[in-house]
Amino acid sequence: MRQRTTLAALALFAALFVASSLMSDFFKVTQVTLPDGSRAWRWLISAGMPRLGEYIEMTLPTLRWQSFLSDLAEWFWRWDIWLRLLVETILIAFMATTLGVIGGFLLSFPASRNLAPNRWVLWISRRYLEIARTVPELVWALIFVFCFGVGPMAGVLAIGLHACGALGKLYSEVNENIDMRPLDGVKAAGGSWFDQIRYGAVPQVLPNIISYTLLRFEGNVRSSSIIGYVGAGGLGQEFRTAMSLQDYTDLSALFLILFVTVAVIDWGSEKVRHRFIEKENHR
Amino acid sequence: MTHRTLHISGVTRRFGSKTAVDNVTLDIAPGQFVGIIGSSGAGKSTLLRLLNRMVEPSSGEIRFGHREVTKLKARALREWRRECAMIFQQFNLIERLDVLTNVLVGRIAAHGFASSMVMRFSDAERQMAIEALDRLGMTEHALQRAGTLSGGQQQRVAIARALVQKPQIMLADEPIASLDPGNATRVMDALRSINREDGLTVLVNLHTLDTAREYCDRIVAMRTGRIVFDGVAGQLTREVVRDIYGGAGTDEFNEAITSTRLPLPELALA
Repeated sequence: MRQRTTLAALALFAALFVASSLMSDFFKVTQVTLPDGSRAWRWLISAGMPRLGEYIEMTLPTLRWQSFLSDLAEWFWRWDIWLRLLVETILIAFMATTLGVIGGFLLSFPASRNLAPNRWVLWISRRYLEIARTVPELVWALIFVFCFGVGPMAGVLAIGLHACGALGKLYSEVNENIDMRPLDGVKAAGGSWFDQIRYGAVPQVLPNIISYTLLRFEGNVRSSSIIGYVGAGGLGQEFRTAMSLQDYTDLSALFLILFVTVAVIDWGSEKVRHRFIEKENHR
Repeated sequence: MTHRTLHISGVTRRFGSKTAVDNVTLDIAPGQFVGIIGSSGAGKSTLLRLLNRMVEPSSGEIRFGHREVTKLKARALREWRRECAMIFQQFNLIERLDVLTNVLVGRIAAHGFASSMVMRFSDAERQMAIEALDRLGMTEHALQRAGTLSGGQQQRVAIARALVQKPQIMLADEPIASLDPGNATRVMDALRSINREDGLTVLVNLHTLDTAREYCDRIVAMRTGRIVFDGVAGQLTREVVRDIYGGAGTDEFNEAITSTRLPLPELALA
């Protein structure tokens, strides 16, 4: 019986693999020009791989020892604009996280099976969270740019809405694992539904919620750095400009800025989270 | 006096095909200390939870004086729950909050939405909470997290929470079942003092016969959801007890099995 399930799973995997590789032209063979000028047939992957190197090489700046500082200044020639946009990127992530946390936190309680006051409230809040997180941030951003115009506002709303859906789901899963006895105690003392949540549930879930929130902030910084590609504010718009103007070295400069920023924020938030968890365990 | 009598008439509660409480009719006079006994699954817990509407009856009526408890809604229902405080076998405290806040939860029925959400309590309420804790010898733990206390201490905090509700009735659902004998005695003594000094009606579910005999003015026994005995401790003869617990296979029902008394005198100091 178990063997048959394993076999079935393997067959399914093989079928999906073949289907997707055919659809994505994974085995496509294409004609390439060789260095001596003759044409030959090659597998697409091996033919395209060298071009990856070419692309990266194009984005690399010219840095020489004797004129290092001026080369560096040329590489980061738009540093003042980029710095302002970087701050904007982080602020978009911060604001979006705040909105997402408030929305997700409030909705996570009616969206928890064990806490929802009735099944209609449960159904509505769960569907809302699903829609909010199923639509990708870039799509929300396109919609909000259309509504509110180009700028960081659209980005904040797009990332915030998506974060609200994702966090609401995570939080509600935390809620569904709590001990219900404290809530019973609050109810028996004459507490309303809100009192039961506030006194019985919130103290139990708070440590997890803080941890998930910091994790989400890291993710939101990554999202807000690209969301400008569709005009929703932050550094992303520079990526687009650099690509369309073929300023390839700008791309590497922007990538470096983002890489450092995201790494620093990841490192910082991990530190905060660990310190927080440690503190919780010692209480 | 009659306006504070609790009337339970023909109350039934079914869970699916199982009848947990079967057509129970009881009148509880104010100030009585009533023990409800019976083997586990006899419906004792459901009966208590019907009284504060934590469980809804399938049929029947509960009245407190002229008030129809079974018809109360929203705010009036919460007010009723404030009036008949409940303590639980597992204490049901919020372990991550401090003792004082746990006791203050007993005041939330009187609070509006905003002040309750920000956990804002008046000085008078705090004083009330401290007085209640003091009465149970728990003042020194007021700022400790409830989860760090022992079971017996947690149950006393739960009683303090019940006291600040300023209730008329105290429902206790197996309050000593998870406690060691020393703590069990302290908790039962606390309930007795509340009953005698404050004149509260006490309804307590017990599975230990000797505790029921020692503390209760009146003993009600349940079996498969029905009342099978209602009287004073002296009327609980060996035959009656065997009938209550079903005497499953044993001729000799050993009361000591259910005892919370200490077998060794020196342990009494623990």
